Amino acid sequence: MDTPALEVVDLVKRYGATTAVTGLSFTARRGAVTALLGPNGAGKTSTIEICEGFRHADGGSVRVLGRDPVADAAELKPRVGVMPQSGGVPTGARAAEWLRLMASFHAHPIDPDLLLERLGLTSAGRTPFRRLSGGQQQRLSLACAVVGRPEIVFLDEPTAGLDPQARMATWDLVSALRAAGVAVILTTHHMEEAERLADHVVIIDHGSVVTEGTPAELTRGRRDVCFSTETPIDSEALRAALPDGGEVTSIVAGGRHEYTVATHAAEAPGPEFLATVAAWCASAGVLAEDLRVRRRTLEDVFLETTGRELRD
Amino acid sequence: MTEHTYGTAAPTASDTPTLASDPGLFTPNPGAAPMWRMVAAQAGMELRVMLRHGEQFLLTMVIPVLLLVGLSLTDVLNVGEGPRVDTLAPGILALAVMSTSFTGLAIGTGFERRYGVLKRLGATPLSRFGLLAAKTLAVLAVQTIQITVLTVVALFLGWSPALSLTGVLSAVALVLLATAAFSSLALLMAGTLRAEATLAGANLVYVLMLGLGGVLFPTTGFPAVMERAVSVLPITALASGLRDVLSHGAAPGLGVFAVLAVWTVVGGLAASRLFRWE
Repeated sequence: MDTPALEVVDLVKRYGATTAVTGLSFTARRGAVTALLGPNGAGKTSTIEICEGFRHADGGSVRVLGRDPVADAAELKPRVGVMPQSGGVPTGARAAEWLRLMASFHAHPIDPDLLLERLGLTSAGRTPFRRLSGGQQQRLSLACAVVGRPEIVFLDEPTAGLDPQARMATWDLVSALRAAGVAVILTTHHMEEAERLADHVVIIDHGSVVTEGTPAELTRGRRDVCFSTETPIDSEALRAALPDGGEVTSIVAGGRHEYTVATHAAEAPGPEFLATVAAWCASAGVLAEDLRVRRRTLEDVFLETTGRELRD
Repeated sequence: MTEHTYGTAAPTASDTPTLASDPGLFTPNPGAAPMWRMVAAQAGMELRVMLRHGEQFLLTMVIPVLLLVGLSLTDVLNVGEGPRVDTLAPGILALAVMSTSFTGLAIGTGFERRYGVLKRLGATPLSRFGLLAAKTLAVLAVQTIQITVLTVVALFLGWSPALSLTGVLSAVALVLLATAAFSSLALLMAGTLRAEATLAGANLVYVLMLGLGGVLFPTTGFPAVMERAVSVLPITALASGLRDVLSHGAAPGLGVFAVLAVWTVVGGLAASRLFRWE
């Protein structure tokens, strides 16, 4: 059990002239949930599909359970569970018969009927795939990924488009997999999902890792001072008053001006920083309403490291 | 598939079982099932999906039976010398074989590719060889049903086929070789074209072959040039071969086997090189 569940080193993937993955590296442990976060087109799905053996890498190496996903495909397939972003089931196949088929490919599968029951799909068992709701299709696809009792599962956007109940059911299942010692690699757009589920978050942009760590590590020591006013303030003057430099961003919401003041100092902003901001407001005659110190969320870290411009 | 040993924890007494109620449920215990069990399960699935599909049932069962009954009992079409059903039955059997191993297989596989089913199956322990074997078994099973139904209907209509052991064996050999030829062409089409193009193309081929391929009447009535042109089609080879055996009690010509073998080799090679799984 010493080999990591997944080891990606300097991975490169090109499609014609465009390079989708440019030297990406990360490691995923067994019995842990690793979330790949990134904007659309960041290279998440390409990376996952190379790990699943669907695509060849143009450079670098990938080891799944210590094996090569292409050369050792026959050995790995029973040990790896896969949930594609969508589809993968014939439209005319019924939910239960398809899950039974997937189970029949494995030596020691979970009882398909039990799994359907746990995922709330029993009543949909005889429904053809095309007539299942989006949430039911996603859960069936998830069931197919785990029915063979794999050591590692790849879940590509497992909760995209799910209602809150279905998302909860999926989160429960992921937690149960982790508790059982399964390595879970998932991609997501959903920050709350990564924050709640992941032991390790890897933020990817433009085909390489921007930053990684536990959700706590990524957000630790990151605090901002926030306040709002009725009339605009002189942001430049406030910025000049900050020790060690800093940044003042403003948005107008609901007719009010909301300010976020960050420091460039290495250590987290402490009590003095708050006092500095408050003192400047006092000297400028600004009443800083809703003044508070806010811990940054994963979403802040994500937007900070991947930028705010819109992607396709 | 009753001999599964499902690795499950004992049921708990909880009223509303949740994933937390049996923590051992997901404990890794991977392993591939024996090849024969995977192929049998996949073949069963393919067979059920084929038989349940309304439009496919129309092409493979309803239309051949209607053509056989309708054209045997009426004389709207000149089918040549002798009792009508004797001429029609071998051609309709050929049509039925083509409808499953070409039209149905092409359309089904085209949409499986489009919906990512082939890709998803590629991530399971079922090998590509296993998938191909399962599809072959399912096609042969459907054809067995078709041939049984059509034979019974034809016998009711007064069909008196020329029967001998060698005749039956050559008919089976013709059907198997034609199935290989049609299937490789179906996979070539499904693996290279968009699903909608495959749907339109495979249906068009069905209609054209129905009219031109010697299904409803022998191609001997065609002008010589046209007769020679259509004689290299796999449907014509199968229909005329079956007609030689079942209507005239004659051994099918080697040319008929050669045509089917060439289509099998050409289609098979092209499909194995050009087939794209997604």
